[in-house]
Amino acid sequence: MEYFLQQLINGLTLGAIYGLIAIGYTMVYGIIRMINFAHGEIYMLGAFISLIAFLVSTLLGGTSVALGLLAALVSTMVLTALYGWAVERVAYRPLRNAPKLAPLISAIGMSIVLQNFSQLTQGARVKPLPPLFKGGIELMHGETFSVNLSYLQMTIMALTVVLMMVFTWVITRTSLGRAQRATEQDMKMAALLGVNTDRIISATFVMGATLASVAGLMVTLYYGVIDFYIGFLAGIKAFTAAVLGGIGSLPGAMLGGLLIGLIEAFWSGYFSIEYKDVAAFSILVLVLLFRPTGLLGRPEVEKI
Amino acid sequence: MSTAPLLEVEHVTMRFGGLFAVNDLSFTARAKSITAVIGPNGAGKTTLFNCITGFYKPQVGRMTLNHADGPVLLERLDDYDIAAQAKVARTFQNIRLFARMSVLENLIVAQHHTLMRASAFSLAGLLGLARYSKAEKLAVDKARHWLDRVGLLDLADEDAGSLPYGSQRRLEIARAMCTDPVLLCLDEPAAGLNPKESLELNTLLTGIRDEMGIGLLLIEHDMSVVMGISDWVVVLDYGSKIAEGTPAEIRDDPAVIRAYLGEPDEAEA
Amino acid sequence: MAGAALKAALKDGILGAVVAAALALPMLGFRLVDSASALTLATRFDWVAWAAAIVGLGRFALCLLRQSVPADRVPMMPDLGARFPKARLMVGWALAGFALVLPFLPFADRSLVDKATMVLIYVMLGWGLNIVVGLAGLLDLGFVAFYAVGAYSYALLATKLDLSFWLCLPMAGLFAASFGILLGFPVLRLRGDYLAIVTLGFGEIIRVILQNWVDFTNGPNGISGIPRPTLFGLQFTANAPEGKTTFADYFGLDFSGEHRVIFLYFVILALALLTNLFTLRIRRLPIGRAWEALREDEIACRSLGLNPTMIKLSAFATGAMFAGFAGSFFATRQGFISPESFTFIESAVILAIVVLGGMGSQIGVVLAALLLVGLPEWFRELQQYRMLAFGGTMVLIMLWKPSGLLSHRAPTIRLGKGAPS
Repeated sequence: MEYFLQQLINGLTLGAIYGLIAIGYTMVYGIIRMINFAHGEIYMLGAFISLIAFLVSTLLGGTSVALGLLAALVSTMVLTALYGWAVERVAYRPLRNAPKLAPLISAIGMSIVLQNFSQLTQGARVKPLPPLFKGGIELMHGETFSVNLSYLQMTIMALTVVLMMVFTWVITRTSLGRAQRATEQDMKMAALLGVNTDRIISATFVMGATLASVAGLMVTLYYGVIDFYIGFLAGIKAFTAAVLGGIGSLPGAMLGGLLIGLIEAFWSGYFSIEYKDVAAFSILVLVLLFRPTGLLGRPEVEKI
Repeated sequence: MSTAPLLEVEHVTMRFGGLFAVNDLSFTARAKSITAVIGPNGAGKTTLFNCITGFYKPQVGRMTLNHADGPVLLERLDDYDIAAQAKVARTFQNIRLFARMSVLENLIVAQHHTLMRASAFSLAGLLGLARYSKAEKLAVDKARHWLDRVGLLDLADEDAGSLPYGSQRRLEIARAMCTDPVLLCLDEPAAGLNPKESLELNTLLTGIRDEMGIGLLLIEHDMSVVMGISDWVVVLDYGSKIAEGTPAEIRDDPAVIRAYLGEPDEAEA
Repeated sequence: MAGAALKAALKDGILGAVVAAALALPMLGFRLVDSASALTLATRFDWVAWAAAIVGLGRFALCLLRQSVPADRVPMMPDLGARFPKARLMVGWALAGFALVLPFLPFADRSLVDKATMVLIYVMLGWGLNIVVGLAGLLDLGFVAFYAVGAYSYALLATKLDLSFWLCLPMAGLFAASFGILLGFPVLRLRGDYLAIVTLGFGEIIRVILQNWVDFTNGPNGISGIPRPTLFGLQFTANAPEGKTTFADYFGLDFSGEHRVIFLYFVILALALLTNLFTLRIRRLPIGRAWEALREDEIACRSLGLNPTMIKLSAFATGAMFAGFAGSFFATRQGFISPESFTFIESAVILAIVVLGGMGSQIGVVLAALLLVGLPEWFRELQQYRMLAFGGTMVLIMLWKPSGLLSHRAPTIRLGKGAPS
């Protein structure tokens, strides 16, 4: 029981991170029907930039860890969002009316470029960071095993909830969100009605990148090590999460992320850590077979 | 068995959520005749077609196709088997050609099953056996016949997607005919045609009826086509049949006039 | 007018420089250094300045260039394939002829033949995937899985059961094809992007299994000592084992390591040409036309009585079979395989070759393989920039020609003339 609870906590933490990345995939797919393959690398860049930003803020004489982290968080969000914007501007926007596979190939190319860019500039070795958040609450004390909820895990979950609330507010209540939803439904019509769709698409990439950068920061803190390769697997899993939840659906992305996180945590906790990726993908295949639109996706009636 | 109707539709109901797109509909269509299904927009005509051709599975009802060698229950077949085994061909409201293949290739694909058998699932063709080239020649001959009928012979090697709209409509009919159907379902074949093309279409369709002896089922808005060539007209409104009869009977049917023009006392017309 | 253009270009350039500086600041401006005690930072702000200057000037020049040349006068590379249909055929024959004599040309040393062999593997894989993606229109991001199945089939059959390469080759193809059917059956009814992600998942699953099923595959250590192929029993070694003859002895030549390299080159050339011949033929057969029809419009296919699942499966299995052939060749050439050779990036490379070449174009695949695999092989000295350049090339070619290098498609049959030559 204790063990179960601990895996649940670990899974939820991991799932929150996946969910934040998945939102970027789901929004971009919803609006331009494209798998933004480079999104995982944006998250990886977010992890690197957050690490650098944190070190810079301590170098500049920040003594408070919390303040340093806040500064790092804000600058990471801004700079990573800029990367998201630039990638769209350079590699995707010129291909808006190109054959369907062209943006996908461009995205794969972009992902390779970004991965190697950070390998070249920051080196291939794993970057360790000493734990900043220490301690936690002991939720339950078993005879052989006790359940811990660390402050860091609490922070990650709280931050995710806050971000989700802000985000939902933006999408449902602001004019930007309205324009985004309109563009998602019918880009041509939205453009005819005076929505600057290019700008809306840019905004979508910026928002996705911002959330991914927060996920990157969280991972840096949570695992304490990052390298240039973390974007790939996290990206695939987050995309899996987005599909699982129903691509195009924001709550779906979060739900999918949590599920993938939980599956992974329980699988590695109870079965084998080697095959945890297999578990996540197998679940995806099963879901797609029995509910091809994902858990919360709208069923698409085939128009004939 | 020339007296038995070709297609019997009995109590077919198709719901989307709470909406009855087709509601307890029954009618028959005969061989060697053109049956038109008309009705205002949203009356469920295309949904009915999608049920008959297997793209949708109706929740209730039976659709029987009476072949020379016995009846076939359409609702039990997959869409591709309805085309391959029951021999029901169709065209689409938004033309669906293989746009980046040539006109001729479109017609050859329609003869897939004949050619697959002849090529022993492509193995004979892979080895270059004569048996396959003979079959392919026959297929080209059939394609040439239909291209000639629809007046596209000169454009045979062009990409199908590059043809003008009217020609694409005719090509789709030719492609459907290349599957040797016993029932041909046409979804608004005259949509977007000019009066001259529309007249040519009438000749083509009556020609198919008289020469091939097959049944034609037709959704159409263009009343000159419907009244000009149909032998029997079925009128739908909100998924239900409100009238059927010969074109002359339908023209004067008060229920039909009401469905199209609204209640006279509401003075909407 | 000129002043306004200059002003606009200047604005564009400055904006570009600012963005580039901001992008470069964290990643180029600072470098993470892990010293013994803790992680620290080193700075190199000059790099940031360089990045900003290059991007700024580049944008400025590009903007000026665009304004001085009216949009409709921008020189476009015409699709040569469309303009000279006969030339395409000649280029094909010329390439094949060149490939045949390549090892005997004076400048062809061992490393060149080796590189050409590598390119040919990708040409073959590209042609195999072209069936799936280019003809049938099924987006497969896990093609490498079948390559891996082929490689491991041969490696295991040869090392555990001592079977010869020529016997294992068809078996490897069959294994890969069966895998294709096994994996394809449940997932092929998914539409485009879902199919892509599921195939990607399968590719990863296969790799993870290869990595972790240590008893069977020897895990991350891979399989070594995979036997080399023989020419009708003739060995390409210095000394033949008991009862066997070496190639050099049989033909009365001095032993040279180059013989085997050249022999391997011809094996893959033959395999690749076989793949090409097969594709060219099958495109004119009912099943090949059905693949293309399916790519164009699945619903229309169904209305004509074509069973989409069967057609997709056949394309999937056929493509997988050729990947299996290529995989077993890869295993015998390397003599050693490990899961590391079958990562997602390989799938991406193969897919890129197909799309960059112009989907469905056979010669396009050759060009793209030369460009994407051949060029980087030559610049191996610049190892670390290789992948960066590779990714960059993918993006640039897509921006330049979004439908691929050669996107023209010729009909597979013409009226009155039967199948065109």
